[in-house]
Amino acid sequence: MSEGQIDEGLRAELQRQGVWVTSMQELYNWGRKNSIWPLQFGLACCAIEMIATAASRYDIARFGGEVFRPSPRQADLMIVAGTVTKKMAPQIVRLYNQMPDPKYVISMGACAISGGPFKQGYNVLKGIDRYIPVDVYIPGCPPRPEALLHAFMELQRKIDSQKLSGENKADFLKKEQPSEFPVPEFGEHDLNPPANKDVYQPPKLERV
Amino acid sequence: MTPNPYLFIVVFAGVALMFPLLPLALAWCWRRFFQPPKPGPDKNAIYECGVESIGDAQIQFRSQYYLYAIIFLIFDVEAIFLVPFAVAFSSLPVGAFIAVLVFLLLLIEGLVWAWGKGCLNWGPSGTGT
Repeated sequence: MSEGQIDEGLRAELQRQGVWVTSMQELYNWGRKNSIWPLQFGLACCAIEMIATAASRYDIARFGGEVFRPSPRQADLMIVAGTVTKKMAPQIVRLYNQMPDPKYVISMGACAISGGPFKQGYNVLKGIDRYIPVDVYIPGCPPRPEALLHAFMELQRKIDSQKLSGENKADFLKKEQPSEFPVPEFGEHDLNPPANKDVYQPPKLERV
Repeated sequence: MTPNPYLFIVVFAGVALMFPLLPLALAWCWRRFFQPPKPGPDKNAIYECGVESIGDAQIQFRSQYYLYAIIFLIFDVEAIFLVPFAVAFSSLPVGAFIAVLVFLLLLIEGLVWAWGKGCLNWGPSGTGT
């Protein structure tokens, strides 16, 4: 169940003899990393690139991620593809809350990361990571489909390295780790609160 | 020696029972030993499209077209049964005759009820739906 129980040399030797040895953790991670179901959810121009990634030319199905689900209850991965307006942010957080664990977030494009070219706009959220934890960031405006595939592979690598038990087990398996995050409300001038302190620590500027 | 022919039904029933129960049991074990459940107000919400849910899912819907359903049964379904009934009328046993009469009575009851509601009135002074 935990890693390190199977000797690598022994495993290789057994594999040569046609015996495949695995652990529950590896089997579990292998299964879910190859069947990531993204949420069918696009916000702006990045969504066009996401559609292109899902279509035949780039074909995200090669990585097992072609099953775009229209309901958060069936989705594993949220691709925040595009500019997040302050009007839309509560809905995104609510959708994230409604996804079952384990759930992952890819922040796709400059807008989802930081607000991008619209950062100074009065109604643009300066990064979705202010409210929900993000696993992979993809820079670009918009990122090419190859970049999204790269992020997908990075996410697969992350899933593959998550532990099922022990001290360093994955966050979603810990009882105290929340699965829902507070949904921001519309305030007079800004969203209230402007950022979730538990998730987002603003970068500190240190003057030397 | 041939097995009891009903044995296959038992085997089929067993497989049909195990097919949904086994994954459910596996999921239960997984939850029990690995993944702690984390329910919450958003996760348990009845509506799942990011918009805040209002009200309950267990509400009564107004059925708008029940009158059409009743009248359809009377004038369409009943007619289908009446034609073979009329053709085979002379050779019917008493039991079948009574059964058809009960069927007719049930539908006539609906007709009387629809008549009472004013559904059969139309024209300028009609109050029908």
